[in-house]
Amino acid sequence: MMKLSLGPILWFWSKQTVFDFYGNAADWPVDTIYLGEAVCSRRRELKPDDWFSLARDLSACGKDVVLSTQTLIESEADLRRLRRICDQHEFMVEANDQSALQVAIRNEIPFVTGPSMNVYNVATLKVLAKQGLKGWNLPVELGRETLEQLIRGLNEEGLDLPAEVFGWGFLPLAWSSRCFTARHYNLPKDNCEFRCLQHPDGMEVRSRESQELFRLNGISTLSGSRYDLMREMPDMERMGVSTVRLSPEHQGMDDVVDRFDQVRRGEIPATDPLHLVEAPPCNGYWYGEPGMALVQS
Amino acid sequence: MELVCPAGSLPALKKAVDNGADAVYFGFRDSTNARQFAGLNFNDQRAAEGIEYAHRHGVRVFCAINTYPQPQGWQQWTAAVDRAAALGVDAIILADMGLLEYAANRHSDIPRHLSVQGSATSYEALQFYKDNFDIRRAVLPRVLSLDQVRGVAKHSPVELEVFAFGSLCIMAEGRCYLSSYLTDESPNSKGACSPAKAVRWEETADGALESRLNGVLIDRYSRGEAAGYPTLCKGRFEVEGDVYHAIEEPVSLNTLDLLPELKALGISAVKIEGRQRSPAYIADVARTWRQALDRVDCSSGFSVDPAWQSTLSGLSEGGLTTLGAYHRKWK
Repeated sequence: MMKLSLGPILWFWSKQTVFDFYGNAADWPVDTIYLGEAVCSRRRELKPDDWFSLARDLSACGKDVVLSTQTLIESEADLRRLRRICDQHEFMVEANDQSALQVAIRNEIPFVTGPSMNVYNVATLKVLAKQGLKGWNLPVELGRETLEQLIRGLNEEGLDLPAEVFGWGFLPLAWSSRCFTARHYNLPKDNCEFRCLQHPDGMEVRSRESQELFRLNGISTLSGSRYDLMREMPDMERMGVSTVRLSPEHQGMDDVVDRFDQVRRGEIPATDPLHLVEAPPCNGYWYGEPGMALVQS
Repeated sequence: MELVCPAGSLPALKKAVDNGADAVYFGFRDSTNARQFAGLNFNDQRAAEGIEYAHRHGVRVFCAINTYPQPQGWQQWTAAVDRAAALGVDAIILADMGLLEYAANRHSDIPRHLSVQGSATSYEALQFYKDNFDIRRAVLPRVLSLDQVRGVAKHSPVELEVFAFGSLCIMAEGRCYLSSYLTDESPNSKGACSPAKAVRWEETADGALESRLNGVLIDRYSRGEAAGYPTLCKGRFEVEGDVYHAIEEPVSLNTLDLLPELKALGISAVKIEGRQRSPAYIADVARTWRQALDRVDCSSGFSVDPAWQSTLSGLSEGGLTTLGAYHRKWK
């Protein structure tokens, strides 16, 4: 049976909200939980020790815990935080940037690559496998055709590298040095007043024809539609996908996890629509179409 | 500091060489490079002519093979590396780890430069590429402030090249999927951002001009307002009731003012963006930057000639330039 994972929280939530979220997640039918701040260096509601203690608690509840690293590393302070995450041997690390690869390799920590690492071919996976790679996420812009060939190529090489697919949530599409939330409020990034806390699922960007395009989330830009590969779960299972990633949202996440769990167990048809939160669904990337497209199969 | 200029065509390459480039970079006529435009780039014969011309004038030539091959295209990309090697280029600019390893194994004598598409923003990341693929040089993404560039340069195990002038990409390059989200092509996959095939211009009944990308309204210009190419991150969108350039204004990067500092940091080369630009544009930009670099190299102190700035502003998007992320307040 395929595994389900909870990706790192991409939004900025208060410390209490984060603790409450994971307190609930401990009882959800997810196998793997990614913990840590993957987006913005200014988001420090939880200190490294808070994350480590959460990791131990969730691990004690039977979850596989992976520590996620920041996606855009810019400063020496960013590197210090990265080294702190890689200066332990209890948990695997999700490398979201090449700096993390380097530090994890140097410290001989097992690692997986996150969806922002450019893994587009088998040769790249072979390079990383020699260095301690234990699994990998398909970059969000790649679809089933490429994934199928990657898995086949890995099998031909005799490499056991489990593949994870971002299966539900707003897609992380870009990272900038500029903070778009601060920009919206005409605040400098260095004095942003932590306005992201007011937007627990980002700020909608619409075209002037009211089409939902993107969600601004600090320095990152996410998709305006919600990626939803629930119907594609049986297809993924046939292809040999190991894990389906669900990206945390602050409301209704327990329902999302339940539905994906029921689908992977074959208890409900994968075609049942999921009506949860207000955002149009999309699945285009999976089918080699523009990411925002919704392909009716 | 070396002046590295874009060559989208043989005439552009010659203009760059004639006007003071120390090196030029080009790509093949397909999606193996990050500037895939109809009618641009080089087949093998034109590349050979260009390399001969450049070498005869003492100018080095780099070949950009800086997109990310998927399994179905792997042979096309490795063949591009082999072609570049056979042509006798002075360096290959690569981003993909698999391809970097291929080039390091097959053509170890040809220097490898890490493309900006390789997303290396720290000296730890640079060390990764150095340890694994023995890269000689890396191009830094346009997201770092000058202070951050200083931090990277201080510990960098390789030569550094930074962007000096041209289109301003404000996302960490190599990790931006906005274009493939709206269209089916991205810089990583197809070497295209906001591809021309998806662009539509429409005039409305009231005389406004609308630019669309795959049907999505990117911008609407009132009659007489200057209109720009609908690069999706430079459109005007609505956020919580405000319509504005929510991501970035259409401006160009211009770091002329920073040249003495970049030199003091030990930066090896400054890069001009714009393989999609005309030969005349390349000539003007190369000439201006040559003069500036020559002045920075002489000991009598550097000051920016107002004529340079006016030339460069005239060649910029919307006539506007910015220091971009190099200037911390921009962020």
